[in-house]
Amino acid sequence: MSIRIDIDKCTGCTKCVKDCPFGAITMLDKLAVINMEECKLCGACVPSCRVKAIILDVKPKKEVQDISGYKGIAVYAESRDNELQDVARELLSEGRKLADKLNTDLQALLIGNDIKKLVDECCKYGADTAVLVNDSQLTKYSCEPYTRAVVEYVNKYKPDVMLFGASTIGRDLAARAAVRLNTGLTADCTELDIDLENNLLLQTRPAFGGNIMATIICPDHRPQMSTVRPNVMKKVQSSKKNCNIEELEVKFEKKDFRLVINDIIYETTQNVNLSEADVIVSAGRGLQNSNNFKLIKELADTLGGVVGASRAAVDSEWIPHYHQVGQTGKTVQPKIYIACGISGAIQHLAGMQSSDIIIAINKDPDAPIFKVADYGIVGDLFEVIPELIKEYKK
Amino acid sequence: MKNIIVCIKQVPDTDKVQINRETNTLIREGVPSIINPFDENALEAALQLKEKFGARVIVVSMGPPQVKDALRQAVAMGADEVVLASDRSFAGADTWATSYTLAQAIKEIENYDLIICGKQAIDGDTAQVGPGIAEFLDIPQITFAQEIGYEENRLKVKRVIENGYEEIETELPAVVTVTKEINEPRYPSLKGKMKAKSAEITVWDTEDLEADENKTGLNGSPTKVVKIFTPPVKASNEIFTGDPSETAAKLAGKLKELKI
Repeated sequence: MSIRIDIDKCTGCTKCVKDCPFGAITMLDKLAVINMEECKLCGACVPSCRVKAIILDVKPKKEVQDISGYKGIAVYAESRDNELQDVARELLSEGRKLADKLNTDLQALLIGNDIKKLVDECCKYGADTAVLVNDSQLTKYSCEPYTRAVVEYVNKYKPDVMLFGASTIGRDLAARAAVRLNTGLTADCTELDIDLENNLLLQTRPAFGGNIMATIICPDHRPQMSTVRPNVMKKVQSSKKNCNIEELEVKFEKKDFRLVINDIIYETTQNVNLSEADVIVSAGRGLQNSNNFKLIKELADTLGGVVGASRAAVDSEWIPHYHQVGQTGKTVQPKIYIACGISGAIQHLAGMQSSDIIIAINKDPDAPIFKVADYGIVGDLFEVIPELIKEYKK
Repeated sequence: MKNIIVCIKQVPDTDKVQINRETNTLIREGVPSIINPFDENALEAALQLKEKFGARVIVVSMGPPQVKDALRQAVAMGADEVVLASDRSFAGADTWATSYTLAQAIKEIENYDLIICGKQAIDGDTAQVGPGIAEFLDIPQITFAQEIGYEENRLKVKRVIENGYEEIETELPAVVTVTKEINEPRYPSLKGKMKAKSAEITVWDTEDLEADENKTGLNGSPTKVVKIFTPPVKASNEIFTGDPSETAAKLAGKLKELKI
């Protein structure tokens, strides 16, 4: 496997230099040169070259998977304690869109014990068929029996695309199932689309801590699998009245139960409902100490919102981690997100950038947060916020 | 326990990565390479188990020769042995091919009881390699661990979920991936740093790993990157400057217009 530039074709346009995410291409004597020390063979430069001067040699594979016969969109409709999770509604809505685009069917895969009652909900969000793996051994999520259920489902129904939530269940389950199914899996997607020309799923996701976005395909293996970040896809109810129900019986082996789930402890008291709030007022390093969160709380209460925080505020132990928004915290999508004293590190932006309206209050006019803000105030938050509360209440 | 294997990845420090807005590319110059922070938590977890129960800690990585720097740092922190899977044909691997290659390296190490990985790498953020290794080795996996206990030959793990945690136990060998809450990684000691300088780094290529070239690197990767771009920035915005009472009044007006 190698990459090279056909110097007879290269026009020296420098487009590939700009498109290489790793800065591995430079110009030498008006021709592109690849620095092999830096090159990760990611292939991003190949489609970027208009004259097809970049050649990525991939040895033909010995075994090629037969991908004919795979069709339809499938969604793993995640549930816990027999409650359908919100991410399942989001994925079914998104799956419906993809299925319509491909003019094909949408199936929901439900795994658990006594889950038939979740079928209506799947149908409401667009499923044509719900496939149930119902077994008394599946009451609690456990990686291996659930993996077997997914694998048996795929082998029987052969979906072209299969989506999972990028939740603690979905990421655990899909990662293992993809390896067993010998197919690709794209993690934590924030955008999905169909390349109708090639009938491929275009899976877009942030990488490098949200610094860049990458669009990924899975051309030669099926199903094309993705985990999708919760709270990104919009929930859309379908006009559909009912859907087909099919039961899939799976024979489990003893080794599927090597994990013993002793208990699940919910820390409900700690749960600020960041993901469902319409307004979030977040604060960061500029707040200076934990006591000042009172001011943030007051603004949040005034606007009927909840309090969020940047990683800097959480790491300084001013506020518990379950308030954290960002790459290592929660991804949120409120109607209004107000960032107070948050500079806007890329990791923070990754968690709130898809909010409808972003408002920034910061002393530093050059803070990156202003680049993503719809409205901003350059000023001292300790002066601005009390005035804002006063003015809003007028 | 006999052997604990820790998988680490060398990554660019994404906190320090910036975008050149003119060319829309990552500015990588001057960005230091570090051990993926979650993998430092994995190594710390292994070292703590070693201190309690006795074990050899073997650190495994895959990548180009410069990953040796990360492995030396692992020795400085206290790793007993380090192994690098390195071959030109491993380049361009996605998570499937990476899991396969690391699993092949782990198979070469006999008598492993436990494999610990960071929950995800900060450059790719996939969280898929740990489960991939577990599947290739056909052993149980517990992801997102915030606590690892070991009693009577069984692992007892607290696994973080969205709004709480699960208490899970399993047999050995197993793969566990850890979150940053699990511990505070130690700094290398002076003695460790001395040891790191002269540490022997085992390097294994495709042949050593008895790896199938159709399953490694770009060849073995089912997924392909077709496009890379920087996230769009907001085109227009209104930024108010000046007297706090005036700017606050303007913003309050906007908030009322939005009718929340």
